[in-house]
Amino acid sequence: MSSPSPAPVGGRHGSVSEQRVRVIVAMSGGVDSSLAAALLVEKNLEVVGVTMHLAGDSSRCCSLEDADDARRVAEELGIRFYVANYTEEFRREVIDVFADEYLAGRTPIPCVACNKRFKFDYLMERAGIFGAMGVATGHYARVRQNERTGAFELRRPRDLQKDQTYFLFQLDQAQLARTYFPLGELTKEEVRERARNLGLKTADKPESQEICFVPGGDYAEVVEKMRPEAASRVGEIVDTRGSVLGRHSGVHRFTVGQRHGLGLNANRRLYVISLDADARRVVVGSESELAAEGAEIFDVNWIEGPAPERPVRARVQVRHRHPGAGATLYPLPGRAVHVEFDEPVRAVSPGQAAVFYDPATGNDDRGERVLGGGWIRG
Amino acid sequence: MRGFRPEGCARIDAGGGAAARETDSLDPRRDGGYGRQPLRSFSGGLPDDPPGGPKGRPLPRPGNLFAEMRIYLDHNATTPLRPEVLVAMTETLGNAYGNPSSGHAEGAHAKALVEAARADVARCLGADPSWVYFTAGASEANNALLMGLVSGGGGRLVTSTVEHPSVVEPAARLEKAGMPVTRVPVNADGLLDPEAVFEAAGSDAVLVSLVWANNETGVVQPMETIAAGLRARGIPLHVDATQAVGKWPVDLGAVGADYLSCSAHKLNGPKGSGCLVAREGSPFYPLIAGGPQERRMRGGTENVAGIVGFGRACALAADELPERMASYASLRDRLWEGLCSELGPLRRNGCAENVLPNTLNVQFPGMPGEVLLQALDLEGVAVSAGAACHSGSISPSHVLTAMGLSPEEARSSLRLSLGHGVDVEQVDRAVALFHELVLRIRRAESG
Repeated sequence: MSSPSPAPVGGRHGSVSEQRVRVIVAMSGGVDSSLAAALLVEKNLEVVGVTMHLAGDSSRCCSLEDADDARRVAEELGIRFYVANYTEEFRREVIDVFADEYLAGRTPIPCVACNKRFKFDYLMERAGIFGAMGVATGHYARVRQNERTGAFELRRPRDLQKDQTYFLFQLDQAQLARTYFPLGELTKEEVRERARNLGLKTADKPESQEICFVPGGDYAEVVEKMRPEAASRVGEIVDTRGSVLGRHSGVHRFTVGQRHGLGLNANRRLYVISLDADARRVVVGSESELAAEGAEIFDVNWIEGPAPERPVRARVQVRHRHPGAGATLYPLPGRAVHVEFDEPVRAVSPGQAAVFYDPATGNDDRGERVLGGGWIRG
Repeated sequence: MRGFRPEGCARIDAGGGAAARETDSLDPRRDGGYGRQPLRSFSGGLPDDPPGGPKGRPLPRPGNLFAEMRIYLDHNATTPLRPEVLVAMTETLGNAYGNPSSGHAEGAHAKALVEAARADVARCLGADPSWVYFTAGASEANNALLMGLVSGGGGRLVTSTVEHPSVVEPAARLEKAGMPVTRVPVNADGLLDPEAVFEAAGSDAVLVSLVWANNETGVVQPMETIAAGLRARGIPLHVDATQAVGKWPVDLGAVGADYLSCSAHKLNGPKGSGCLVAREGSPFYPLIAGGPQERRMRGGTENVAGIVGFGRACALAADELPERMASYASLRDRLWEGLCSELGPLRRNGCAENVLPNTLNVQFPGMPGEVLLQALDLEGVAVSAGAACHSGSISPSHVLTAMGLSPEEARSSLRLSLGHGVDVEQVDRAVALFHELVLRIRRAESG
C-alpha cells in the first residue's frame, strides 16, 4: 500500500486495453453506497462494486439480501460486482474484540475498527490487486488536499446530521490519498432524490442504525453467545462510597451513563458512573458524579502527520452523536493525549473513541477538520 | 469465446429498447461497448420486435462481455454453444413445435427429431439408444437414480468423497432417511483405489455411484477396473460421466457400468438438457411421473430443442474426440509450463497422468483464489475457484480437502479448464496476465 500510483495493467506484456481509471466502491446494498457508485460511473471512471461479506448470514447489514441489492444496483449501473469474503477476519478482529471489550467493562465501538481494517486496509489491498487507484465509499465525510501543505485533510460532510467522520479518525495519509467520499457534498435527502431519479432499486431503502452483527440491538445477548462465561459473572452494584445497593448479572450489561435497567429501588436518579470488571462491580451515582473534567486518550492517530509538540485547542467528540466539547489537548509520550475539557463532560465512556476537531474550521464551533482521535482509557 | 458471439445477445440487447437506453447516460460503455456490434437478427427469419420494443422487463445487459476480449478458461463449469448446435436448435425452436406424443404430422416430426438425437447421444456414449432417457441435465439424472433408491426398499449405497453436489446431497438425504452410505476416500492424487471400492461394496451394496472424471481436478478414475470388479460381484455401478463426455473416451459398451449420467452443456450443448443411461435390465424409479414420455420413465413434454442440441453436441464430440483431446492437452501443457516458468514452482492438484486433457487445478500459495478470480475477471480471464455460495463468496472445495489439502491450500487453488475456442494466443496472454497479477498481489501484501 506504499505506492499511491495505480498498478499498470499488462506491464511488460503491453497494455491490456485502453483503460479508464479504475476505482473500487464498497457497496453495502444501501442507498448511500449505491449512489456513490452511480456518481463515479457518471464521472466516467471504471467502477468495480465490492460487497464485503463480513458477519455471518444472520446479521442485518451484511446479509444475503443486502449483497443481492448491491448486485442488482451494479447490474443497473453496468459495472462489475464482486463479493469479498472476510468473515474469518471480521470474527477475529471485530466481533471477538467487541465481546472482550464488554467483558472488560468497556463500551466498544466496533464500527471504527471495521471501517479502518475492512473498508480501508483490506479494500485498499484489493484495490491494488485489482489495478484500481483507490476506494470509494458511501460515507458522509470529505477529503480535501491542503494546497499549501499538500496534506490530505479529513473533514465533516456538508450534511452534519449524517456526519460519519467520528468513525474514520484512524485513516492515515496514504489511505486518504486514495479515498473518495462522493457523498461529502450532498445531504441525505439529495442522495435519496438522486437515487430515485436514477431509478436505483435502493433509493428508498430504510437506514440501518444498528451495529450490523447485533441485529436486535441486544448487545448483552451477543456477548453471552460468544462468551458464555459472561452470564455467570454476577456481582454487586455499589455507590461511589462503596455501599452495596443491589446485584447485577454481569458488567457487560452496563454502559457508563446508563440510567435504566439498574434494577434498583432508589429515591434518587442513579447513573452508571464506572465499571470495574475485575471486581465485577458496577458503580452508580448521581448525574453530577458522572461528569468528567478530563480524560486520557490512547492509541491516538494524528491524521495529517506527527503529534503536535505543544498543547492545542480542539473540539472533542466522545460519542457518535455527541455535539463535542471545547477542550485543550496535551500530547503525551507514546501516542497518548490528555484532554482537559473546558467544562465537565457527562458520560465519558472507556472504550469509546474521542475524536478531535479543529475549532477554527467550518461554519460553527463544532469544527470541520478532523485532527485525529484515539480511545478513551478506563 | 472469441470468434463466436451468440447473435441473440446483441439482438436481445438492442431490443432492451427505451428502458435500456434511458440509463445510457450512466453506462460507462455508452460509446464503446456492444452498441457498436452489428445488430443482426437471430436467424434471419424472425419477425421484428413490435413497435416500442418487446413487451416485458428488459433482460439484464451483458455489460461489455461481448465487446472486450474475453479468455474463457472455465469450460468445466459450462461451455459456449457450438454454432452447429445453435443452428440445429434454432431450426427446431422455429419449426418443430409439435408435441412428440401427438399422433399427427407435427408430432411425428418432433418425435423423429428426438429419436435422431437419441441415436447420436447413444453413439457418443457407446450405448444402445433404448438405454437413453432424456432429462433436464445430469443433476436430474443423478437425483432420479439415487432418490429412487428410497423406493427400492433398503440396502446400502457406496459413493466417494469427491462427488458432485448432485450426488453428495441425495446421498445425504438417503442417509437421513435411514439408508447406510459408505463414502470411499481418494488418495492425495484424487484417485480411488478399486480394491477399496470393492471392499466398501461388499456383497450387499444396492448401488455404487462414482464420478468418472472429477469436475474440479479433472482426475479420471480407473473406471474400467472398478466396473469389471463390481460386475463380477453382481453390484450395480452408476458413473457420473458429466465431465468425461466430450473430453475422454466414454464407451459404455466396453466399460461395464449399469448407469451413466451426463449433461449437454458441458460439451458445447445447451443448458437444461442431459440424460440418464440405464442398461437393459437395470431398473430405476421415475423421479417425474406424469406421462408416456421416455417410456414412462420421465414425465413431461420433451425439451425438443434441448434434446436436438444435445444430440448435435454429442455427434460433434464423437467425431472430434481424438483431435479435441490432443488439442486440449497441448494447450493445457502450454498453460502449465507457462505458469511454472513465469511464477516459479507451483503445485498442481490431482494426478497429472490420469486427468482430463483440458483441466488444470493449481495452487498459488498465499494467494486467495477468490481474489485471483476477481482480478483475472477484471482483466478478461474467466476461471473458477472453489464453490461459490449464494452470496457469491467462496468456500474451500470439498474435493480438494478430501485429497488432504488444508483449507488454506484449497482456498488458494484455481481451476483452469480449456475447451472449444481457446487458442495458443489466449493461453499465452492468460499466462502473462497471471504473471502481472501475482506481482500485484505480492506488491499489495508487502505494501
